[in-house]
Amino acid sequence: MADGILVKQLNAWFGVTHVLKDVDLSVTPGGLTAIIGPSGCGKSTFVRCLNRMHEVIPGARATGTVLLEGDDLYAQDPVVIRRRVGMVFQKANPFPTMSVFDNAVAGIRLAGVRNRARLREAAERALRQAALWDEVKDQLGRSGASLSGGQQQRLCIARALAVEPSVLLMDEPCSALDPIATAKIEELMLDLRRHLTIVIVTHNMQQAARVSEWTAFFLMGELIEMGVTKELFTTPRDSRTEAYITGRFG
Amino acid sequence: MTTRGRHVKSAAIGGLTAVAALVVVTPLLLVFGFLLYQGAAAVNLDFFTHLPKPVGEVGGGMANAIVGSLILLALAAALGLPLGILGGMYLAESQDRRLPLILRFLADVLNGVPSIVIGIFAYTVLVLPMRRFSALAGGFALAVIMVPIVLRTTEEMLRLVPRTLREAGLGLGLSRWKVAVRVVLPTARAGIVTGVMVSIARVAGETAPLLFTAFGNRFWHGGLDQPIAALPLQIFAYAIAPYDDWHRQAWAGALVLIGLVFVVSLAARVATRGRYSAAR
Amino acid sequence: MERHFEADLQTVRERLLAMGGVAESMIRQSVQALVGRDESQVQAVLAHEEQMDLLCIEIDDRCFTLLALQAPLASDLRFLVGGIKINSDLERIADQAVSIALRAQGLITQPEVKPLIDIPRMATLAQDMVRQSLDAFVRRDAELARRVIEADDEVDSLRDQVFRELLVYMMADTATIPRALALILISRHLERIADHATNIAEDVIYIVRGEDVRERGDKELRKGLRIAAH
Repeated sequence: MADGILVKQLNAWFGVTHVLKDVDLSVTPGGLTAIIGPSGCGKSTFVRCLNRMHEVIPGARATGTVLLEGDDLYAQDPVVIRRRVGMVFQKANPFPTMSVFDNAVAGIRLAGVRNRARLREAAERALRQAALWDEVKDQLGRSGASLSGGQQQRLCIARALAVEPSVLLMDEPCSALDPIATAKIEELMLDLRRHLTIVIVTHNMQQAARVSEWTAFFLMGELIEMGVTKELFTTPRDSRTEAYITGRFG
Repeated sequence: MTTRGRHVKSAAIGGLTAVAALVVVTPLLLVFGFLLYQGAAAVNLDFFTHLPKPVGEVGGGMANAIVGSLILLALAAALGLPLGILGGMYLAESQDRRLPLILRFLADVLNGVPSIVIGIFAYTVLVLPMRRFSALAGGFALAVIMVPIVLRTTEEMLRLVPRTLREAGLGLGLSRWKVAVRVVLPTARAGIVTGVMVSIARVAGETAPLLFTAFGNRFWHGGLDQPIAALPLQIFAYAIAPYDDWHRQAWAGALVLIGLVFVVSLAARVATRGRYSAAR
Repeated sequence: MERHFEADLQTVRERLLAMGGVAESMIRQSVQALVGRDESQVQAVLAHEEQMDLLCIEIDDRCFTLLALQAPLASDLRFLVGGIKINSDLERIADQAVSIALRAQGLITQPEVKPLIDIPRMATLAQDMVRQSLDAFVRRDAELARRVIEADDEVDSLRDQVFRELLVYMMADTATIPRALALILISRHLERIADHATNIAEDVIYIVRGEDVRERGDKELRKGLRIAAH
């Protein structure tokens, strides 16, 4: 089940620094939307506002409306929100004291699920969805941190999927990985959409072009342009978008 | 600087560090060696099983003091560890501006208070109202010494856990305290255990506070609200007495005390060893 | 690892094959219109023309999109660039077939100049070349592509033969000149179709091996020599 997101007049600050300015954006349900832009343009901050991780940082705040299938995210308990909107981070961060199995089910076990059969079933489902099952099914007991970088990231994806969110946010998920691991995760993203709404932040434009259906270009905290990926990359409407895409930037 | 000059300098510093390490380790080895030499003869089964003999008689042991020390350590741990660890968690996870600062300062101050002063404090707070010396008072005094040590090391170890792990936990839709207890704490476990070990080693040998709280006992204690024997107290008593036999037993007591701390540390390490512990 | 990109490439492959199939039909039907004096075949060819135009635009758009969004390299890049060129050649083949059909339409109502032997033969050869060049494309068979390139010579010599024979008829009876000229032009169209099939075969070799086997220089030289011999 995939949900759509509607963002209206989103503003965000770190202390007094205004990092997101009046952002209006709509994320299509069941699709894959990419957020691109140069360093410091606010794309990570934007995505973290979608699951209220932004406000966890001391001194950070955000105003505006973020609607998830009509529900105002900022009017609800953030803990509940984060079960509907999952997140995968730039550097894979499996829990080091837990095994592969424990990592995969951490989200649901620590939320109270005890039934071993349910946990096993959830682990297998999540690990299959993350295209990791075949590689670890005989070694579910090994340490989560003993996997390779690409496998660790897929484990983190499985961990996020086990909670069965309707939206998955990915903040530069491949930037710490080699090309082969990156390719595997891109294929995974293409398989996951439809069941899920996916929003990825990437500084790699080719990646955005390869996997996304919609692309949004941010610059200095503002949303400059958003459109169907093919159109944005072949005939962008804004000259700043064109300058960034063609590398004539800065 | 020439290549040769660099090599010479490097070798010189290396040599100096080796010498320094030796200088540090030597007293430790000397002490232990001396203890072994002096006390090994007196350490026998009787030592562990018998009560002290009356003045003048040869033989006997320190069974009550050994058990007493263990009980006092257990009491101190029961009182001090929860406070210290929870306090450390609060300091590490809290996003408040002022209270943690004050707490930290107070803990550091407490750390520096002489243990005899803490003994007097425990005397005033527990011994006087109860009108008797007791194991409880002794355990309480030791706990007060333990808390700041455990608190600060726990806080430091928790801070070492990378922010990304907390984010991962939060991102899964877990509440902050759940993340703190089920994710951060287990990751820092090895370091926290080390802090606990350090505090136990510190208080195991404390004599001054026990002087007017536990007080010591020639026999088995009659209950936790009664005076109780402890190894440091017994060693002190025997060491200043004029009897050779007692001197020998004092050495044995010191040896056993060090051995006790060693065994407790080892046991705790083994018991809390996780299958995949994070780096310290 | 199965790539989603593979599915997109396969779609381009299938669309090109579909286009090739239509092109072959158009060649066959246009010559059938001539040989069988069949008006309905002319209409059939014209109906296919629109279909070909749509396919051409679709394939160009797909290839362009894939080039823009996937930034392909190596064999994938050669495939897409080659695909765009093959697309263009197939479209020209269709145009030539339409021209044949239109000329045939003009000849249907008029008496035959001579029994048609070489022109149908040329048509069969041209069809075969188109089909085989597309087979080579699908099977990534550079050898088959090379044979297609060599077969071009036979088509060229047939065109010359048609020219010589009809020249005799034209000199014998000037009234046959308009009809004979139409036939000569039809043979020219068929020869052009064979050339385009040859281009497709060259593109296939480029896609498969990365070799550019165009011998433009040689070809023009050989053509020049042949014309001079007339």
